[in-house]
Amino acid sequence: MAKSLGPVKRKFSPWTDPAAVPFIRFENITKRFGDFTAVDNLTLDIYEREFFSLLGPSGCGKTTLMRMLAGFEEPTEGRILLQGKDISGVPPYRRPTNMMFQSYALFPHMTVEKNVAFGLEQDNLPKGEISARVEEMLKLVKLEPFAKRKPNQLSGGQRQRVALARSLAKRPKVLLLDEPLGALDKKLREETQFELMDIQTNLGLTFLIVTHDQEEAMTVSDRIAVMDRGVIVQVATPAEIYEAPNSRYVADFIGDINILEGTVVSTESALGAPGAVRIDCDGIAVAVEQECQAVKGDKVAFAIRPEKVRISPDQPAETSVNAVYGEVWDIGYLGDFSVFLVKLADDRIVRAAQANVSRLVDRPITFGDMVWLTWPLDAGLVLTR
Amino acid sequence: MRASRFDATVLTLGFAFLYIPIVILVIYSFNASRLVTVWGGFSLNWYRTMWSNQGLMDAAWVTARVGVISATLGTVLGTLAALALVRFSRFPGRMLFSGMIYAPLVMPEVITGLSMLLLFVALNIDRGFWTVIIAHTTFTMCYVAIVVQSRLLTFDRSLEEAALDLGCPPVKTFFKITLPLIMPAVIAGWMLAFTLSLDDLVIASFNTGPGATTLPIKIYSQVRLGVTPEINAICTILIGLVTIGVIIASIGTKRAEMRRIRDEHVAARGTT
Repeated sequence: MAKSLGPVKRKFSPWTDPAAVPFIRFENITKRFGDFTAVDNLTLDIYEREFFSLLGPSGCGKTTLMRMLAGFEEPTEGRILLQGKDISGVPPYRRPTNMMFQSYALFPHMTVEKNVAFGLEQDNLPKGEISARVEEMLKLVKLEPFAKRKPNQLSGGQRQRVALARSLAKRPKVLLLDEPLGALDKKLREETQFELMDIQTNLGLTFLIVTHDQEEAMTVSDRIAVMDRGVIVQVATPAEIYEAPNSRYVADFIGDINILEGTVVSTESALGAPGAVRIDCDGIAVAVEQECQAVKGDKVAFAIRPEKVRISPDQPAETSVNAVYGEVWDIGYLGDFSVFLVKLADDRIVRAAQANVSRLVDRPITFGDMVWLTWPLDAGLVLTR
Repeated sequence: MRASRFDATVLTLGFAFLYIPIVILVIYSFNASRLVTVWGGFSLNWYRTMWSNQGLMDAAWVTARVGVISATLGTVLGTLAALALVRFSRFPGRMLFSGMIYAPLVMPEVITGLSMLLLFVALNIDRGFWTVIIAHTTFTMCYVAIVVQSRLLTFDRSLEEAALDLGCPPVKTFFKITLPLIMPAVIAGWMLAFTLSLDDLVIASFNTGPGATTLPIKIYSQVRLGVTPEINAICTILIGLVTIGVIIASIGTKRAEMRRIRDEHVAARGTT
């Protein structure tokens, strides 16, 4: 089936523009449920037309934050501004936001058509306009043949589309998506992610998505806020989050990473590179080309993604820094990549990933081989938090 | 698994104990003889005379009206009580309230009836048709509350949130989303309330007055003057009505339950 592609995505980064006015602003938001603090003095700006993700493990407060924007919960402290207006105390049925629920929350006693029309009927729009809009929405999610069905006569993927159509029908200023794809299988989920991005770009809406799936957040978002126990740990673009996490928590939460705890030895540019940091990770000498606040003697972590670690049976020319020697302890074959778990002499495990660029079934490096792992100066990073 | 001889005997005896009196009553309603204990051949005579017995028919009409009105009032109040109990999980006095809603279930009817009577006397209300209705509403609403409550406990609240989110105010959301979805339980509750009202003797006899004799009261007072097969006939009809009521109510709840389970299965299938 030929797919019409939307306009090519342009670079979009209003958050770097100091003059840009945030569309949604969470201002010192705290939410307590009894003794439990779900959201703790959180401040966050989201811009118009942004596809923004709240990412974190369950219980980190991301859903509570979204529900406060929808109006189902009121903040204990702080305020929420939408287009500069404080929306505290505005009930959910008067807010210009619509939500797609995790359970989809389709009305089981109404047909697909009626479900999609429900929000429009509340605005007392003329009948003709409602049916035109419903038709348009069903076309958007490719569900026209199912208009007369009841939700229980649809598959999970179709229901997800009905839920999306219903939440988009009123053209909300902000669409809130609560784990929207959680119930779909992997393949369908990936397809739907791209469709969501298309829809968001084409309709020019602001999307706020809550998810615990880091791949999903990486794929769809303009920016991601990584949350942990009621606070935001980092807000950045997917690439920044992946390549420059600001803490062990973010580094560990997003993707696969080797973390070696160590002590800063020096921050002089001993290697001729400005701002290079030398770390001793219990006998492994590491040098990283990075500007960082750490000073000599600080406890820090050296973090490096497995795909940035080179693996080779041959001894490299330089072994005094950024090189470790060990035994291949396990191999994870992922098809596109192979992940080698290399056990060092002191039993620490360092992972290295290698793209499987040739169609060899027998890999040149196998279990029990002694290998060298090396990485360039700019491949890893120093985490102070 | 095969039932043992012992199980079968116990079961037979149990059912016999329960149903033989009722079966005898039904059989003798078709008795041609005037004597209650002597079989004189099959006849529908007593159903005919019952029909022309004005006192009995008046009582039946009163009972029907009391049943419909009190069941309806009890259903409205019981549904609201169930909503309050399920939805506002933390309001002061919730424990007391939920305990009190169950109390009439275990309270001896004599006490319920007597306390209502004392209330009406204290308020100087003449006893009659409406006092019976009030008394019946009071004791049937807790049954309705329990039936509706069990449905509400499994109700997905995000459906209501979705309606609110789409711009539907709370009261309208209740009538457009919540009520249609809990309707089977509400109807089952109404049926139960109607049936309970229909066959209540004790509470009604405490709270009734002139011109508001319900059928059970009428039957009871007639029996004291001697049992006629006419009574058997009207009792047979009552048994029939109550049985139908109970069956419809249980089918209603069962079907609602089955529909819910089926939906869940479809949903589970849909997600794989």
